[in-house]
Amino acid sequence: MTDGTPGTVNRVRYRSRLHQTESERKAETHPLTWRLKDTGERVDLADYEAKNGYTVVKTALNGQSPDDVIESLKTANLRGRGGAGFSAGLKWSLTLRGEGYPRGYLVCNADEMEPGTFKDRLLMEQQPHLLIEGMILGAYANNSKLGYIFLRGEYIEAAQSIQQALEEARQAGWLGDNIAGSGFDFDIVLHTGAGRYICGEETALINSLEGKRANPRAKPPFPGQSGAWGKPTVVNNVETLCNVPAILEHGADWYLNLSGDRSSDGGTKLFGVSGRAEKNGLWELPMGTTGAEILDRAGGIRNGAKLKAWLPGGGSTGLLLPEHLDLPLDFDSIGNAGSRLGTGLLTVVTEEQSIVGLLRNLEEFFARESCGWCTPCRDGLPWSVKLLRALEKGEGEEGDIEILEMLARDLGPGKTFCAHAPGAAMPLESALTFFREEFEAGVGRKKGPAGVETVPLGEV
Amino acid sequence: MSEQADKTLATDGFELHPDDRAAIQAELGHFEQPQAACIEALKIVQRRHGWVPDAAIPAIARELGVGPAAVEGVATFYSLIFRQPVGRHVILVCDSSSCYLTDYEMLRDALFDHLGIQYGQTTPDNRFTLLPVCCLGACDSGPAMMIDDDTYGPVAPKDLAELLEGYS
Repeated sequence: MTDGTPGTVNRVRYRSRLHQTESERKAETHPLTWRLKDTGERVDLADYEAKNGYTVVKTALNGQSPDDVIESLKTANLRGRGGAGFSAGLKWSLTLRGEGYPRGYLVCNADEMEPGTFKDRLLMEQQPHLLIEGMILGAYANNSKLGYIFLRGEYIEAAQSIQQALEEARQAGWLGDNIAGSGFDFDIVLHTGAGRYICGEETALINSLEGKRANPRAKPPFPGQSGAWGKPTVVNNVETLCNVPAILEHGADWYLNLSGDRSSDGGTKLFGVSGRAEKNGLWELPMGTTGAEILDRAGGIRNGAKLKAWLPGGGSTGLLLPEHLDLPLDFDSIGNAGSRLGTGLLTVVTEEQSIVGLLRNLEEFFARESCGWCTPCRDGLPWSVKLLRALEKGEGEEGDIEILEMLARDLGPGKTFCAHAPGAAMPLESALTFFREEFEAGVGRKKGPAGVETVPLGEV
Repeated sequence: MSEQADKTLATDGFELHPDDRAAIQAELGHFEQPQAACIEALKIVQRRHGWVPDAAIPAIARELGVGPAAVEGVATFYSLIFRQPVGRHVILVCDSSSCYLTDYEMLRDALFDHLGIQYGQTTPDNRFTLLPVCCLGACDSGPAMMIDDDTYGPVAPKDLAELLEGYS
């Protein structure tokens, strides 16, 4: 024992924090979290079934066609919660299925590694049956013969929780042959990863699932045409799939109305706050809830400090300013402001924190996590790190900012093999736009003579 | 087969443990092609040995019926596959943005000081190996870190001594 207080281990053990109690969370308004327990214990099969769980599997598989299911999702305007915001219904409508096509795979992207994102963990640790139910419905709509949950290796508790739930679901006949007497067969395999952020890119994820290096694949063909082992494959984020059961149970119009006038995107979203807010954590709120309301729920910035900037949904989204807090948080509104909703979990930056330092940290992450497949990403990101490290130390040269601007532009959408580098470019571009003076303050000297390495590259 | 090629396939007497072979074979049933079990096979071997020695690569390749280069390529790509011996406990420190904004660098430096090692190193008593890791998804409790299978956050430098005491 040193100066740690008694019970340190228990005190600092990580637990997901959903800041809404059972009494606040209702089936009609909180489709993702209403079954969760205040204690944080896993909702097991008995609990889940007691709260209407799996009923929609029975009704949908026996009463609706796959096309009906897809149509409901389209009408509900459920947009991909992994961050890209693509219409889930549209994605499913593009999957090759039917006469002459082999039954393929439904893959749940549970590789949650976007900096600042901690939402899927909650759903998987505490309520794996909702995900399983969503996957069964997704498999039915896409004619998938097998599902994979691609879970990041570090999510130990989620792995245990999912594994238990899979066994319970098989025992109860929710997985396996002839589910709910419908004649539909489907099962799920839990696959745990071995690290690397790039596995979250859907085609890299498929390569990883096939036991290969997680380099992204060229598109087209899209996974829905030719994915895992050349079969039609649908990849959806955990939270996206968890929205499906309630849409089918209560209807697309009900789901659209959850967000009401706030947004044209349907439903609710797990929003959250991290960084130096008073009360970090998660809330399930309607799409289109403003950043101001969420930050208010988080009690504002710690110790009365001022907000300087915020990332709306992870490290690959553009920085926004306090004035943007009144925007509805949905894919179009945040997109129109020049950023992306991403995963919808806010990272707050306070007045005294360095934007150059934050960008250095972010670009170090993206440089390290580049898979190295295409040159702009592999070489451009370490270059940005070198410049940012110099600027942070006040050792930048004249011209460095212009090079960073060039990198932000040339690593943007369409210039690289996948979305990794554009994700790195977005926060950089926004930082250079909104906080240029902080970068300028780091320029400490005239441009050095050609060929002279003024700042060691170091290890990136 | 040339002598050179033969050498690269040498397993140096490394044999997969029978239980591990069985576990790898069981994995094969989950996928259309045996290569897919590669990552899990590496993890199975790592669970037994703590890391994946070079000689295990051709042994795994044979078990899966794929080329050793395919296994080597995978084994060097993924950050949680260890290609050097590690200590009895592995500490993964989240170095991503939310933790950065909640004093990650103080925690990192405190760990360096406390353990007397840098990233990628193992303490001389072979107790701890220290590595950085991608966002641990514990952002609301930064700075966060894992010790073996346990996730902690927020971890203040003053908590470290007691926290590490639990891992002998």
